[in-house]
Parts: sequence; C-alpha cells; structure tokens
Amino acid sequence: MATVDLQIHSHEVHAHDHHEHHEQSFIRKYIFSEDHKIIAKQFLISGMFWAILGGGMSMLFRLQLGFPDANLDWLKPLLGEWIENGKMNPEFYLALVTMHGTIMVFFVLTAGLSGTFSNFLIPLQIGARDMASGFLNMLSYWFFFASSVIMFVSIFIETGPASGGWVIYPPLSALPQAMSGSGLGMTLWLCSMSLFIVSSLLGSINYITTVINLRTKGMSFLRLPLTIWAFLITAIIGVLSFPVLFSAALLLIFDRSFGTSFYLSEIYIAGEALHNVGGSPVLFQHLFWFLGHPEVYIVLLPALGITSEIIATNSRKPIFGYKAMIGSILGIAFLSFIVWAHHMFVTGMNPFLGSIFMLLTLVIAVPSAVKAFNYIATLWRGNIVFTPAMLFSIGLVSYFISGGLTGLILGNAALDIQLHDTYFVVAHFHLVMGTASFFGMVAGIYHWFPKMFGRMMDARLGYIHFWFTFIGAYLVFFPMHYIGIAGFPRRYYSHTGFDAFSTFTDLNQFISVAAFLTFAVQFLFLFNFIYSIFKGRKASSNPWYSNTLEWTTPVNPGHGNWPGEVPTVYRWPYDYSKVGADDDFIPQNVPLSATLSSNLEHEKDLQKVEQIDISSPNAQ
Amino acid sequence: MTTFLILTGVLLLLAILFMLFRTQVLINVLKGSYNQRVDKSNKVHGYLFVAFMFFIFLGMFGYHQVAKKYYLPESASIHGVETDNLFWISMGIILVAFIFTNVLLFIFPLKYHYREDRKAYFYPDNHTLERVWTIIPAIVLVVLLFSGLKIWTSITQEAPVNSNIVEVLGKQFAWQVRYPGSDGKLGQQSFKRIDAINEFGIKVEDKNSHDDFIPRELHFQKGTPVLLKIRARDVLHSVFLPHFRVKMDAVPGMPTSFWFTPTISTAEMREKTGNAEFNYELACTEVCGRGHFAMRFIVVVDEPEEYVKWLASQKSWKSQNEDYFAESMKKYSPSAKSEITNQNKELSSL
Ligand code: HEM
Ligand SMILES: [Cu+2]
Ligand SMILES: [Cu+2]
Repeated sequence: MATVDLQIHSHEVHAHDHHEHHEQSFIRKYIFSEDHKIIAKQFLISGMFWAILGGGMSMLFRLQLGFPDANLDWLKPLLGEWIENGKMNPEFYLALVTMHGTIMVFFVLTAGLSGTFSNFLIPLQIGARDMASGFLNMLSYWFFFASSVIMFVSIFIETGPASGGWVIYPPLSALPQAMSGSGLGMTLWLCSMSLFIVSSLLGSINYITTVINLRTKGMSFLRLPLTIWAFLITAIIGVLSFPVLFSAALLLIFDRSFGTSFYLSEIYIAGEALHNVGGSPVLFQHLFWFLGHPEVYIVLLPALGITSEIIATNSRKPIFGYKAMIGSILGIAFLSFIVWAHHMFVTGMNPFLGSIFMLLTLVIAVPSAVKAFNYIATLWRGNIVFTPAMLFSIGLVSYFISGGLTGLILGNAALDIQLHDTYFVVAHFHLVMGTASFFGMVAGIYHWFPKMFGRMMDARLGYIHFWFTFIGAYLVFFPMHYIGIAGFPRRYYSHTGFDAFSTFTDLNQFISVAAFLTFAVQFLFLFNFIYSIFKGRKASSNPWYSNTLEWTTPVNPGHGNWPGEVPTVYRWPYDYSKVGADDDFIPQNVPLSATLSSNLEHEKDLQKVEQIDISSPNAQ
Repeated sequence: MTTFLILTGVLLLLAILFMLFRTQVLINVLKGSYNQRVDKSNKVHGYLFVAFMFFIFLGMFGYHQVAKKYYLPESASIHGVETDNLFWISMGIILVAFIFTNVLLFIFPLKYHYREDRKAYFYPDNHTLERVWTIIPAIVLVVLLFSGLKIWTSITQEAPVNSNIVEVLGKQFAWQVRYPGSDGKLGQQSFKRIDAINEFGIKVEDKNSHDDFIPRELHFQKGTPVLLKIRARDVLHSVFLPHFRVKMDAVPGMPTSFWFTPTISTAEMREKTGNAEFNYELACTEVCGRGHFAMRFIVVVDEPEEYVKWLASQKSWKSQNEDYFAESMKKYSPSAKSEITNQNKELSSL
C-alpha cells in the first residue's frame, strides 16, 4: 500500500511542477519535447515518412521484376546514373531491396510502431502523468532522428547505400571489393544502426520502468490492457536482443576497418588473397539472428496488442482468454530467443543443431495458434462495430493466420532445404510480419487518432482504404507462394536467365500491378490523416465507448494527461456487455460498488475490500 | 506539352475527388449519420468479408491449377521425393487450418454485426475450449515434427562410401566444379595459390591433384550417390539444384557438403517434360553481389554407361596447363621447398 501511495503523491508533485512553468517555448514544446504524446507523434510522423520511402523503393524493384524488358529511361531524373541504357543497374536493385528491408523492419515497424504506440499509450493506459524519464524519452527520439538522417544520406552517395541484403552477411558486407554498396554505404548503415540501437534501448528501458513503477492505484498487472502487456514484453525482448546486434555490428566494423578476422577467412577476391584466416561468416549469422528472430516479434507483438484492444472494444465483448493471451505473449517472447537458427538450416551448421531448432520452432506455433483462436472466439456472438480500426484488426488476424501457417513448413528443416531463400519465404514473412504488423499500425492510428489529435478521421475513406489494401496486399503477397514453390530465388534482379525460373512472367506482372495500386491507395490514407488533423470532425472524449483509461482524459489531454487526479482503477479493461449493466461498457475507473447489478460472484468480495479501501484515510 | 497536359489532368481529377469527398461529408452531417453508433455500411462489411472469403479460396485453388504446370517437375533425387511428399502433406494440413480459421473469421463479422437491439455475449473464457485448441495444434505439430526429423536425419547423415565426389566452388559470379579423376581423391588446395589459371588454388605438389579435372558442366551418375564438397572463395554463395531439392551454402573458410542420389537422367527428364531443350540447372541462392542472379551452371545426369564414357573423355587440369604446372612444381614441389629451406637454414646459421 505504502508504495502506491508514494507514487500518487509524486504524481501530484509532478503535476504542480508543470503548472508552474507551463508556457514552454515552441522548441521545448514541439521539438525537444519531453511529453510522451508529442514524442509519440514525432515517431509516428517519422515512421510514416519512412514507410512512404521504403514502400516507394519496393515499387521500383517491382517495376524491374514485373517488367524486366521495359525501358526505364523515364526514371533517369530520379535515379540518375543508376539507370544505364534504359536498364536498372543490378547492384542498385540489390541496394533498393536492402534499404527497403532495413527501412521497413527497423524504421517503420520498430521505431514507427513501438515508438509511437508504446510512447502514446503506456502512460495513458496505465494512468501515469508521463514516462518515467521524459528526458531519456526525448533522447530516444533524437537518436532515432540522427540514425534516420544518416540512413537517408546513405541513399544518395555515389557508391550507393548498403546492398548486401538487410541481414548484411559478411564477407559480402565486409569487403568493399565485393560490391560498391559495401564501401561507404555500409559504413553509414552500421553507424546508423548503432544509433538506432541506442535509441531503441533508451526507449525500451523507459517503457519497462514506466509500466512497472508508474501504474495508477488499483492497476495491478492483471488489470493491464493487453496493449500494455504487449509493449512491455516487446521492450524486454528489445533490451535483451538489440545489444547482440550491436556487438555483431561492432565486430563487423572491426573486420572492415581494423583488419581483424572475426568473420573472414581464406578469401581470394579481386585478384588478391586476403590475410584474414580463422574467422567464421557463420558466427555473424548466429549473432544476427539472435536479434533477427526476436526482432520479428518486436515488430509483431505490439501490433497484436493493439488488435486485442481494438477487437475487444469493437466486438463489445471481453477479449477471450485474457490470461491465455498474456501467457501466449510470454511464451512467444521466451521461445523467440531460442529459435534463431531456423534461418540457418542450410548454412553448413551441424545438422543436429538443425533438429533442435526445428523442434523449438514448431513449439512456438502453439502459443501463436492460441492467439489466433482467441481472436476468433472474441468475435463470436459479439456485437461488432466495423470502424476502420476494427476492419484492419480483422485483416491483421487473417494475415497473421495465412502467413503463420506457412511457418510450419519453413520451420521444418527437411522442407526448408528447397524453400530457403526463395519467394516462398518472401511470401511468408510479408504476410505474417510485414502486412500483419502494418495493419496493426494502421489500425492503431485509426483507433487512437481522436486521442492524438482531438479529431476523427473520415470513416468512409477508411473503409475504402481498408478494402483496397486488404485485397491488394493478398494479391501482392499470396501469389509469391506459387513462385516460391516453383523455386524462384529471392534477391534476383531478373529470373529469366534460368530455364527453370523463366516462367510466371504474367504472374510477376500481375503482382507488380497489384503492388502499384495498393501503394497508391495508401495516399488516400495519407490524405485522410493530414486532412483530419486540421479539418476532421471534432472528437468526443470516448468516441469508441471504450473502457481503458486514456478515454477518461479530456479530448485534448494536456501535459500531465489528467487535469485533476489520476483516476483509480477498479476492474480489468474488458467489462464489455456485462449482464445486468446499463450500458455495454464499464470503464476501468468505475468502482465495483457503482455496478452492483452486474458484478460477478468473485467481484462481490472484491467490492467489499474496495469500499474499505476508499473509506480509509490513506487512500487519497 | 504532354507532361503539362497530364499534370493538369491529374490535378483536375484530384480536385474532383476532393469535391466528392467534401460533399459526402456534408451530406452525412445533414443526415445526422455521425450521431448514430454505426452507419449503414456496417452490415455491408460483413457481406464483403464473406465475398472476400470465396474470392480468396477460389482464387487460391483456381490459380493453383494454372500454376501447377510452372512448378518444378517431379523430384530427380531420392530424398526429394520424400520431402516433396511431406511438403504436400503439410500443405494439406495447413490448408485445413487455413480454411477452418478463415471461414470462422469471415463468417462471424457477417453474423454478429452490430444491432441496436442486441447485446454481445459476455464470455471471458472457457478453459476446456482453450485446452482443446492448445492440444490439437500441439499433436499435429508433433506429427509434422517427427516426419520432418526422420527425413532431415536421413538426408544429413554421412554420405555412403560409394559416392562419387565432386567439388563445387562458388566465386563472383560463376560456379566451378572439380572432379577427383581416376584416383577418386581431390588434390589439396589453398586460397593463397589461386590465380587466373589456377582457379581452385590447387596444390600441384599433391599427387592426388594430378588427375583432377575441371569440366564446364556438372555431370552426375544416375542411381549413384554423389557427394558435393562445397566451397566459396570470396563471399557467401549457395548451391541450389532445384530439380534435386538440394541447397547448401558455400562459405569461405568453411567447407560444407551435401549428398544425394540423382534418379532421373537428363534424357528421361526431357521426355517427361516434353521439352527437348530441358537442362538441369545449378543456381545461387545467397546474395553475392551484382551477378548473383546470373550464376547459372548446366547440370547433366547420365546413365551409368554414359557417365563412365564421359569420365574417360575428360582431360586432367594438369595436362591442359603443362607449362603452368611445371612452373608451379618448381616453386612448390617438396624437393624445391627443401632446397629453399636449406638455403634459409644456411643463411640463418651464418
Ligand atoms: C509496399 C508493399 C511491399 C512490397 C510490394 C514488397 C515487396 C518486396 C519484395 C518483392 C521483396 C523481395 C525482393 C527480392 O528478394 O529481390 C521484398 C523484400 C523484403 N521486404 Fe518487402 N514489400 C512490401 C512491404 C514490406 C513491409 C511492410 C515489410 C516489413 C516487414 C517488408 C520487409 C521486407 C524485407 C525484410 C525484405 C527482405 C529484404 C532483403 O532481402 O534483404 N516489405 N519486399
Ligand atoms: Cu526466425
Ligand atoms: Cu549468389
């Protein structure tokens, strides 16, 4: 009890502090801000910028893949020397693929997703005035910004940006002789990612601390919304895995610049035998995937958390199996650290290791299946309101299932022999990680836009956006399975050089056209977003009739989030459509004593305790 | 001029769209649809989801029928037949799961879309149900796991002793292959010996290397296991023999290997596919730079007699590069070496 009290007092002190110097300068308020809501918006806008850029790059290489014979001279004003005699330079193709992957995975779906929603929702949903450390939070954004600037600059240098794939396997990434992107471009990639990791760690530590220490009175762990559970576990995964990527990158920097041989051995390149012996390129892959696999859950879990919240709210039902959902998040998080080598079945790794990793990989399918079933069970006998956010959440579940199922095939080492590094893999991860997380992010924007900007986004544009994107993304990524089954390798500039891979030209064209259209539709969303910030309908303070605490703040929550006291929490966040309740939702800050007619058996006991609590002099 | 026209056209179109959007908003404000909990479209989404469901199922199966002819022909190796079987069985299983879950996912929105007069069913959990859908996937997974493990272990066990040995070397941007010749042993090599002529870095002083030969095509003997000894000399590459369901990375400094038994000769495959030009191919599947997509190498599977004939017709690398060989011999042969060391010794003892 005592600790909780202390917290509440310190909140109040905080709030007073802010009242004293509330006219902050523009710069402190909007640029070097320490307010979690502003920082969240900064991450959001940066993430959207990167999404357009990363998506735009995929349009360029889809152009090449769908229309390998087309004359691309018309792109010369944009791409300059990278277009040679009407053809795209093959190294530039690889650079595009690499930048696309890096941008999408790290800048959009890690920084853009976690950065936005962890920052925005953690304090609001747990009932805190702000993050544990506003200053570190600000640093986290500005490290990300610096990292972004470096990555952005690297796109424009003469030798091109990093080009060895987003996994930057050495020796290719270590030797400038091997490809031009491995020169300055790679150096900048490594600098940028190092800063990115710092940013990510600062952010994650803050999220963890805040969730553990700053929950409002009554907000026990088992009353946290699933969003918060997801953000918390994501942050923990990040703290444990990003440092490993950092060391991998550091050793690579040593190999590149100081002549060490961590990853290099017995290499003859460009007419010369290098001095390096004794290193192992496979070591890098182990280190990389020790982050790389958890990273896919860093990308996915927040999206799943967001969807849990949105599906429950809009089905007007409690999320089915709340504890099982938490259990599966924990299970997935734990297992995500011990499956990394399923990316390495055919690297020459010991086959026995392959067997072990295959076993562990298939185990992770169980908690994932539980999640999918629980979402579906939540829809069952609901009273479903299809807001754009809800549509995107249902879309996410569909993509999560479609993409997750092929994971059972790829996780099977015997089958991965044929499918590894083919388009089957590209299809798999774009469905389960790319599109699913992207849908989660978009759903989150539609859902919390009213709280972020005090206005509503246009729902009709949202519907159009959803249906075109939902169908479009299936049309883009589903056919890649067929191409993958036919053996087409990924990261190929063109497949026509092989008899075995010169088929499917029409399908590749189809995918490209579908991709262009799907990409174009995103501008509708962009328009809706920008337009609604300024001209959208004014929102009410709880437009979705939701239970969580953020909807108890004013329409435009100021610094400190709640003008008065931080609300106390008396129940879990999923009391939707409770039998005997007047309305179909009961916010978390409504005491059990106010809902006598709808309380369940076990809540009746709680209610007594609660009354003692309230009447005790200590409580306020 | 045309650019200008297109630009104005596009601008005009955008302006019209924007007007449409504005009127739509205004009409809805007038109709008061923003004051209702859900608008009219709410039911439509349910229908759309079901329509989409049919669309995706039909599209999936329908296109599979079209795409089948582009898939790789039947596997030309023994283990490949097994993995193909397991692949299609697994596909069947996940298809069932896919249909089951997606049907529910898309039917529920139609069935349970919002109605003013109804309340959702407060149903926070059901442990039996949750146990069931934890255990069923777990059982299916165990089955898949064990069938996969069995095949994986048999594929990755030691190569049979009677295997033919071939060395495959990846470099930017071509494959090179080396056969051990009649002694069945590959000569030693070192990356320090590599140059324009000696692409493998063969150690000439090793007698085993004298009958090694370096052909322009990869030949396998039908029915006999072949052991690929895989190396890379600059960056990562990956040996991919799609028709044989074979893939293994080529790693600088760390030799890898893969063995399998080819079962269908090139001639037979030409007949089966009805394509007189058919050739087996070797591709690279680990990104290795500019020419990654172009590392094509022809593979031929011979009937046993043809294979023997082909072997006999090959000339050793030594015989094709007599001068280079003699030169290197002078530098590296044991006698030459010991002379040098002797000289060194004398020098150092001075
Ligand atoms: C705008 C829609 C998108 C399209 C059309 C698209 C298309 C593609 C294609 C065709 C490739 C393979 C290129 C090749 O191997 O040669 C690729 C690679 C990749 N994509 Fe996407 N993608 C899209 C969105 C995303 C998203 C949202 C993510 C987020 C996870 C993502 C992550 C990746 C990654 C990690 C790679 C691998 C890069 C590499 O090979 O190094 N993509 N994308
Ligand atoms: Cu993984
Ligand atoms: Cu390659």
